[in-house]
Amino acid sequence: MAQVKNRLTPFFENITFDREDNELILNFGPQHPSAHGQLRLMLHLQQEMITKAHPDVGYLHRGMEKMAENMIYNEFMPTTDRMDYIASSSNNYGFALAVEKLIDVEVPRRAKVIRMMLLEINRLMSHLFWLATTALDIGAMTVFLFAFREREYLMDIIEGYCGARLTHAAIRIGGVPLDIQDSFLHQLRVFLNKLPENIKDYEDLLDTNRIWLMRMEEVGTISTEMALSWGCTGPMLRASGVAWDIRKEEPYELYDEVEFNVPFSDKGDNFARYRVYMEEMRESAKILYQTIDMYEKCVKDGETKLMAHAPKYISAPKLDIMTQNYSLMQHFVLVTQGMRPPVGEVYVATESPKGELGFFINSQGGPYPYRLKLRAPSFWHTGILTDLLPGHYIPDVVSIIGTTNIVFGEVDR
Amino acid sequence: MRAYTPKNDVQAKAYYTDRYYVAPQVPKQKVETDEVFSHDLAAIKAKFDVKEAFIQVGQMIVYINANDIYAVLEYMRDELTYTQLSEMSAIDWLAKDNTFEIFYQMLSMSKRKRIRIKFFINNGDAVDSVEKLFRCADWSEREMFDMFGIEANNHPFMKRILLPYDWQGYPLLKTYPLQGDEFAAWYEVDKIYGKEAREEIGPEIRDTARVDRYDSERFSRLGFEVPKGTEITGDEPRNPQEYQEEGGVFLIKKFTKESSTVIDDPQR
Repeated sequence: MAQVKNRLTPFFENITFDREDNELILNFGPQHPSAHGQLRLMLHLQQEMITKAHPDVGYLHRGMEKMAENMIYNEFMPTTDRMDYIASSSNNYGFALAVEKLIDVEVPRRAKVIRMMLLEINRLMSHLFWLATTALDIGAMTVFLFAFREREYLMDIIEGYCGARLTHAAIRIGGVPLDIQDSFLHQLRVFLNKLPENIKDYEDLLDTNRIWLMRMEEVGTISTEMALSWGCTGPMLRASGVAWDIRKEEPYELYDEVEFNVPFSDKGDNFARYRVYMEEMRESAKILYQTIDMYEKCVKDGETKLMAHAPKYISAPKLDIMTQNYSLMQHFVLVTQGMRPPVGEVYVATESPKGELGFFINSQGGPYPYRLKLRAPSFWHTGILTDLLPGHYIPDVVSIIGTTNIVFGEVDR
Repeated sequence: MRAYTPKNDVQAKAYYTDRYYVAPQVPKQKVETDEVFSHDLAAIKAKFDVKEAFIQVGQMIVYINANDIYAVLEYMRDELTYTQLSEMSAIDWLAKDNTFEIFYQMLSMSKRKRIRIKFFINNGDAVDSVEKLFRCADWSEREMFDMFGIEANNHPFMKRILLPYDWQGYPLLKTYPLQGDEFAAWYEVDKIYGKEAREEIGPEIRDTARVDRYDSERFSRLGFEVPKGTEITGDEPRNPQEYQEEGGVFLIKKFTKESSTVIDDPQR
């Protein structure tokens, strides 16, 4: 066959030897089970020691920001599920809150309580998933099975609410589409009553486990300056000595009415992050108990509204659409043409399980956002590997990637 | 004559807008209404040229000169405790006046305040990298370059980050179509087999609902499969396939509805 100019020449892509300085360049990923997604790391090695790390991302890039510019606001909601697909309601919520700030509507109290429940359930799901996969990477198979069992309960509850287990799309701009099902509170209580002993089980298995401690303690230490400079947020920042939780500092929804602590540590290593995750699960449970009481109070006070009343932007309840002409017309326009928020800009940050999830929206008064920027925490938590990995050994790469808790739907967007 | 469609902005447009519709504005407050912001703005104004400043949805927006950005962010970080750069990117205004608007979203944890620093640059100009101040700008400036083609001066590694290094075009420009351009459609084919293989391989099928009735290998003919290449007549006999070995698979029982137990409580 004739020589084809553009044909790729075969080469050994995984390994390069340089005889002069004895440096080994190792490709980690993009298909590596403990990379938690499509992460490719180019590691420069001296013996087992990493001298230079170069994370390469983008294997899951779907152009969500571009899609957002070509979609009406409500259409974009299911797309946000696909960012951090471990806790998709928190993405839905971040986007919904940003648009609500833009159009300036107030969500009814009952919807707020339901949203908080969903957010905290998602946080628990995400943290359990984190614990399971990280422990599995280190080699603790039992913890993986335990944590997935508990996560399954939560997914069942969410499935009962919105019908989906992973991509929930359970939150709408202006409220929530549905009231919680009858069994929701009972199931949640059963779960929460059992959670402390479950967490204790994990801790019994891990806290004093020699292998776990050797892989976690004094490994992947992030100083406060480094965490701030790299834009770390969430547990990554809190484990590095900054007690910054957006739920506490810039409260949204009803987080200023609930009692919870912000666990933090000044160690900054893998073990500190592990401890922060475990304590956060306990705090989430505490918040969930309080939201159950708040929900029951809402029911007692007769607050039934689930969607905000803003006819310019948000469709009327289904009953009104089916019975009133004007509501039907409004609904038709909002579905076919989409809402048109005012001209302006908004940046709203929420505390997703991974860190600060921000939505920047520039609206030019049209039904499509003129520019939408997704600020996903995992993007910078991947970037920090550039500075964090050098000086560590190859096995530490796995545990460090594990504790950074990166999700590639969010990194690549 | 074919209707003229502008080529400098190919994004989705509202197909109908009332001719008397005037879009409302998100209200802007004066900076003086907030004590912390007015103090910060006065401090910035004392050292740098500020073009415009206002508060919108609880955050201050400050327009500065493009070449002040490094000094402003350094001053804000060291003197005004804005220690974190949450986000930075660009907005494409090429169709309007051939400029990009660059924004830097800053956070002060001790003051619990967020400021957005903004400026305009002309098409083709570069911004000054702030990577020396905030390491996270390393990645976000690369992302901005990847998506808009805006380069950052003094950046240590100005390469694309999400797309392949040999990609052509900048996807977040308003001139870039949502479906991608010709380069994007043939990227893999061109790269692996060469341009001359385009006709042989054919375009990628992007319609997920497409069902090919002559496709004898896929689900569309499930239960009526015929060998590949057979002429399809439409009255093929049913071809039931049992994926069980003779006498059943070792250790695996076939599920029958009668032998199953129904569990009422999913939490059991």
